[in-house]
Amino acid sequence: MNNSMIKYGLIGIAGILAPIVFANFQVQLGFLWLMILFALTWDTQGGQMGYNSFGNILFFGLGMYVCAMVQVGLVYDVGVYTAAAGLDSGKLNGEQYLTGLALGMGAAAVVGVAVAALIGSGILGLRGHYFAIGTLGLGIAFGEIFAGWDYVGAGSGLAPPPFPDELDFLGGRNLFFYYIFFALAVIAFFTLKKIYASRFGLALNAIRDDEDKAEAMGLRTVRIKTISWCVSAFFLALAGGPLGMLVGFIDPRETAFAGVTFGIWMVLMAILGGKGTIWGPVIGAAIFHVTQEFFWSFLLGWQRVAMGVLIVVIVVFFPRGIMGWLRDTWPDRFGEKVDESVPQEGAAQ
Amino acid sequence: MSTPMLEITGVSKAFGGVIANEDISINVPEGSITGLIGPNGSGKTTLFNSVVGYHPIDAGTIKFEGQEISKLRVPEIARLGMLRTFQQTRIYGEMDCVKNMLISMPHRDESLMNIFTNFPPEATEKAESLLEFVGLFSKRYLLAGELSFGQQKLLEFAMALMNEPKILLLDEPTAGINPTLINGIIDRLKRANEQLGITLFVIEHNMRVIMNLAEHIYCLAHGQLLADGPPEELQDNQLVIDAYLGAH
Ligand SMILES: Nc1ncnc2c1ncn2[C@@H]1O[C@H](COP(=O)(O)OP(=O)(O)O)[C@@H](O)[C@H]1O
Ligand SMILES: [Mg+2]
Repeated sequence: MNNSMIKYGLIGIAGILAPIVFANFQVQLGFLWLMILFALTWDTQGGQMGYNSFGNILFFGLGMYVCAMVQVGLVYDVGVYTAAAGLDSGKLNGEQYLTGLALGMGAAAVVGVAVAALIGSGILGLRGHYFAIGTLGLGIAFGEIFAGWDYVGAGSGLAPPPFPDELDFLGGRNLFFYYIFFALAVIAFFTLKKIYASRFGLALNAIRDDEDKAEAMGLRTVRIKTISWCVSAFFLALAGGPLGMLVGFIDPRETAFAGVTFGIWMVLMAILGGKGTIWGPVIGAAIFHVTQEFFWSFLLGWQRVAMGVLIVVIVVFFPRGIMGWLRDTWPDRFGEKVDESVPQEGAAQ
Repeated sequence: MSTPMLEITGVSKAFGGVIANEDISINVPEGSITGLIGPNGSGKTTLFNSVVGYHPIDAGTIKFEGQEISKLRVPEIARLGMLRTFQQTRIYGEMDCVKNMLISMPHRDESLMNIFTNFPPEATEKAESLLEFVGLFSKRYLLAGELSFGQQKLLEFAMALMNEPKILLLDEPTAGINPTLINGIIDRLKRANEQLGITLFVIEHNMRVIMNLAEHIYCLAHGQLLADGPPEELQDNQLVIDAYLGAH
């Protein structure tokens, strides 16, 4: 057993037990893993690749709608269902609910990745501020499309079917979705950790450090940038559906394409923890989320002001985030040191 | 020695009113070290940019191993085996030297499948042996951005070798380098040419360096080809002395 296995083991056990020990906080804890997923997948572009996206939320919102539409659509006509909203007609039995969720998440992932691939090769041709603003516009545009689409309830939103009573043996809605978010965040973490060490990961970093140089060295930059967006879109689209069902109501602008909340938070959390590192987004999301819950509980009425102050503090005092600060302070702890050892036999030419 | 690896014919390039290159024709034979000299602003870097596809040319043809490449894009030309280094030196500053080397592996046979695989141990070995070759082995875990300018130039050269190019276009490889280290660079360039078989096309401002290095030299002035020939011949060419040394 080495150090990192102990570390992962402890986090894993804490993750499994937390919602049982703190049963009153299952929803908040579920959101914690969602926030970690947000920050991790944002960092794939914003940190590792150096492309500040303000539109990643679009894959989350898209996934949320696709998943709900599939789950409802397997049993009802979606248009009729949304038109009759609130009439208590949308009950599903346990089997329908789970089948719909599984197929819905699968469909959401496919659609999310397809959309990322389709618009990615275009918008990822933009650089710097143009890219940031372009993605911001995309996120808003998608929100407006769904807010104007009657079939899915337009601006008044869509209420996914309630969690069936007969599934309560699974521990109830909150616990059930908690474990989904926990699993998604853990899978995303290890997937990203693995691919950051591959050719692909170094290619992302090369694009971040000097994209013209990367092209001059023959890297297929457009392909790499598009794949990176597809990876983020995959996890975000998967997470969208479960969140809609946990919250119980999908508002196009507040829940699904929530650019001003989730969309901005994913950026801040990654910056707070340290862009371009695997642990930075995790730490940043945890601190951000706990602080935010604290503000909501104790500073009611002032929580948005406090949030604003927190954001300013992050940007001013931790421009490189917590991990960046640690690295700047103890570079040799991160392996950045002169190695006076002699090269191995045969290494010298 | 006589097959032209790179054949530039009648290439012109203007930026607005500034004619940076006018009707330039140059042959770089396979296996050679060919030099390109000329005063500042004479259009040397512009010619390199045209050759590697950085911008479209106004007239002329550029052939690499017989294939017309003047319509291809930068990464495509790089993958064919023609690489350039930059006058201002460009490395990946936030990555350590080993990672700079690893991501410089050839990308010719890269597919969607192997892009997510890890680097084979041979790649790391090769990266380390090339870093040793340029004298950066002990600094291999430092961030490239923290190296001195001269060390960054050496790293950039090693990265280019890692990519296994057929021809390497070097834009002032000794500019800004401590004079005591220049002989080491000349020696390494020659070894890359002789031992690794890489054809070199070198822009150089330092006369002593290029006379030592190249077997054939082209001289540009005001965007035009002034003269070309072996170093001894060019050294005595009055046109070159006036344009190049006079302007100095
Ligand atoms: N991108 C550009 N836009 C406008 N003018 C340029 C550009 N690149 C080079 N030039 C001009 O072309 C001429 C040749 O420049 P350059 O090729 O850099 O010369 P050298 O490398 O020989 O010093 C100069 O007058 C320079 O100002
Ligand atoms: Mg130049």
